Amino acid sequence: MTAVLSTPRERTDTRGRSDSFIGTGQLLRLALRRDRVVATVWVLLFVLMAASSASATQGIYTTVESRVQAANTINGTPATLALYGRIFDPTSLGAVSMLKLGALGAALVALVAVFTVVRHTRAEEEAGRLELIGATVVGRFAALTAALILSVGMAIVLAVLTALSLVGAGLPASGAFAFGLSWAGAGIAFAAVGALTAQVTESARTANGLAAAGLAAAYLLRAAGDATGSDTSTWLSWLSPIGWAQQVRPFAGDRWWVLGYLLVFAALVSVAAYALNAQRDHGAGLLAQRPGRASAGNGLRTPLALAFRLHRGGLLGWLVGVTLGGLLMGSIASQVGNLVDTPQARDMIMKLGGARGLTDAFLSAEMSILGIVVAAYGISAAMRLRSEETALRAEPILATRISRVRWAASHVTVAIVGSTLLLLAVGLFAGLSHGMASGDLGETGRVLVGALVQLPAVWVLTGITVLVFGLAPGLVMAGWGALVVFLLLGQLGPIFELPQWLMDLSPFTHTPKLPGGDLPATPLVVLTLIAAALITAGLTAFRRRDLG
Amino acid sequence: MTTAISVSGLVKTFGQTRALDGLDLTVRTGEVHGFLGPNGAGKSTTIRVLLGLLRADDGETRLLGGDPWADATALHRRLAYVPGDVSLWPNLSGGEVIDLLGRLRGGLDTQRRADLLERFDLDPTKKGRTYSKGNRQKVAVVAALASNVELLILDEPTSGLDPLMEAVFQDCIREERDRGRTVLLSSHILAEVESLCERVSIIRLGRTVETGTLSELRHLTRTAISAELAGPPNGLSKHAGVHDLKVDGNQVKFDVDTKELDSILRALTQVGVRSLTSQPPTLEELFLRHYESDMAGETARHAGAGAKERAPSGLRSARRRASAEHATREDGVVADERRDQSDTGVAQ
Repeated sequence: MTAVLSTPRERTDTRGRSDSFIGTGQLLRLALRRDRVVATVWVLLFVLMAASSASATQGIYTTVESRVQAANTINGTPATLALYGRIFDPTSLGAVSMLKLGALGAALVALVAVFTVVRHTRAEEEAGRLELIGATVVGRFAALTAALILSVGMAIVLAVLTALSLVGAGLPASGAFAFGLSWAGAGIAFAAVGALTAQVTESARTANGLAAAGLAAAYLLRAAGDATGSDTSTWLSWLSPIGWAQQVRPFAGDRWWVLGYLLVFAALVSVAAYALNAQRDHGAGLLAQRPGRASAGNGLRTPLALAFRLHRGGLLGWLVGVTLGGLLMGSIASQVGNLVDTPQARDMIMKLGGARGLTDAFLSAEMSILGIVVAAYGISAAMRLRSEETALRAEPILATRISRVRWAASHVTVAIVGSTLLLLAVGLFAGLSHGMASGDLGETGRVLVGALVQLPAVWVLTGITVLVFGLAPGLVMAGWGALVVFLLLGQLGPIFELPQWLMDLSPFTHTPKLPGGDLPATPLVVLTLIAAALITAGLTAFRRRDLG
Repeated sequence: MTTAISVSGLVKTFGQTRALDGLDLTVRTGEVHGFLGPNGAGKSTTIRVLLGLLRADDGETRLLGGDPWADATALHRRLAYVPGDVSLWPNLSGGEVIDLLGRLRGGLDTQRRADLLERFDLDPTKKGRTYSKGNRQKVAVVAALASNVELLILDEPTSGLDPLMEAVFQDCIREERDRGRTVLLSSHILAEVESLCERVSIIRLGRTVETGTLSELRHLTRTAISAELAGPPNGLSKHAGVHDLKVDGNQVKFDVDTKELDSILRALTQVGVRSLTSQPPTLEELFLRHYESDMAGETARHAGAGAKERAPSGLRSARRRASAEHATREDGVVADERRDQSDTGVAQ
């Protein structure tokens, strides 16, 4: 049948080729049925985010002068250039008001696209459900095609609704559609990346991780390209799909042709994914499975040892990722002072206390972003508790003399120790690269402290995840929800002029901005105590509930 | 003789679903106890309560003299468990899982581990994700049998094993029994239960419907008689304990309650017997009789009263004519629908 068709034959046999796609429609309907709530929520979340941001910022920049001034400050500040990107038309209301959601929003859309594709391809295959489906009249490309159609469709619906909501908020229609489609383009490009990584590894977790690492690399490339260019983005930005999404320049020229880069990229990566899919066996990745040990090593005798073993690969990947991020941030930071040449930025430097103040501001902004990234690691590590439980792998452990608290604490320990290691790596490597670039290795310690002060807030998010796992395990995704809410509070709170008590809900609000600020002990101690209380409550609740 | 497991009036609900509805179960120390019931009857739920993974809503549960919920970890040192659905860590080898579970349980007999790996023909170097269902099952069975424990709780341990491995498993369980260990064996393979278990409990809809030794249970059920008589049978249909009578000239076929066997044979010999075959009830028939009342739509039955109730005879004879395999399949369908409900409950 289709399964035994080799690639060369497929090229000549058109009947064989169409056979490979049989059943795509049914699988697409199945995927829509499974995702109808999740997909709707995601799309609406993005649309609301765009619409609310557009209507809130319009009130701030009413005059052309106010927009130009704001834009020149942003364009003259490498920290904001690295984080958000460049404003290509300082007079444009849309370009100034949508800056914060441009690249960041595109990256989030891309992440959702990756998760969607992997969830309907490798995750299904790993769980064995695709085998059940593959034995029916379903071609071998059907699952991959259905997943791609689903995420491309989601991206397009998202783009159109976002554009309409921006038009509704009073922005020009052409720019609004360019903005929506730049998001969709990033989503489509990374849907293809997810399709590719899903062919490479046997585990959905690793496939997600690889694609997310690719996304992080793309974001960092454009951050470096945007921050180091003196009056425009350098070639580095043009190596990154996220960079392309920005170069569409919505509300600042609406360069539709750049969308072509994203589509060609998506097409090429998809072809590679299909080629790999045609070559490989069901359930297999590119790498053959090596035999393991015949008996367990001496170390593998406690739940903690097992937890470290299970998290080892993932933690290593994260370490590599944040180390690269830290190195890049550290090396950019040293150039910040030299690159500033606008009068507004010079003015700001004077107020902040010279070039050193500007570098510090950049570093502390980067540290808080990396703090949020590491919080995501803490959440995903703690969420392993739930996936071990639903996969029935907790049961055999809990049928031994290991108590529930001890088993759960093992994964929580990995989450806490792992996030500490990640922030140590961030601080150390950002500090060293900054120290070497600026010729003062004494800077390392200051940057390291700036990274480590993020830890209590990171632990609070781990604590929230553990609490939900203990109380309402079905809602464990709420850990991610909390991170998104805190992120939005931090990003949009100042724009909306939200009341302070609301902003105070986010643990990141209380994290000291270092280097360059004070180091108060109280918020750090209080956040750590809150995290400890959340974890304790979560473990206590888990001790009392049914397993399953 | 002391009891290893004693459960009475156990109730467990998942939302609207009443998975266990006053279940009773007594397992004596040193016996191999068969735990039978259609899919979704509540076997796995009972076992999870016994392991302290689920908290009982009502009823008395004692395990090795302790409370399964409150004393879970202390009790778990003394038992080993094989889940019905074995899920292994994808990147750990089978050997690593066996050692890990053994160590977490408090020790492993390495000599016995090696012996079991050889007998079950299991390659311990393969990674979890590459094992077939049967081989995953073997990993869990070896891990349980290689530990020094008093009680083995086995939830359909041989599902997915080939007949050769099934025989090895039965030998191993007999050895465990000879060493004085207690075994609670939930199974659908009736030949396995018949050959291993001294006593069985049959549950249905979360209640115990039969419990006792196999010979006790056989006594409660019917023997199939087929005879050629010297003359036409008279008044046989009115005789107490005769069911599904079919007469074809001098040829008779019927089922008889085992306790009436003596008097019916006397009635037959009065007419004169030319030839006679009798078939003692198998556990399978016993089992099917409890399932087929599901088909008849009965829902409320009291524990222990099952033996006295009879399904409508029309249905029963229809079932008799059907092949055993066909009948079992029908049971599977009915039972699977219910399993869906209770599984949803467990998953939440």
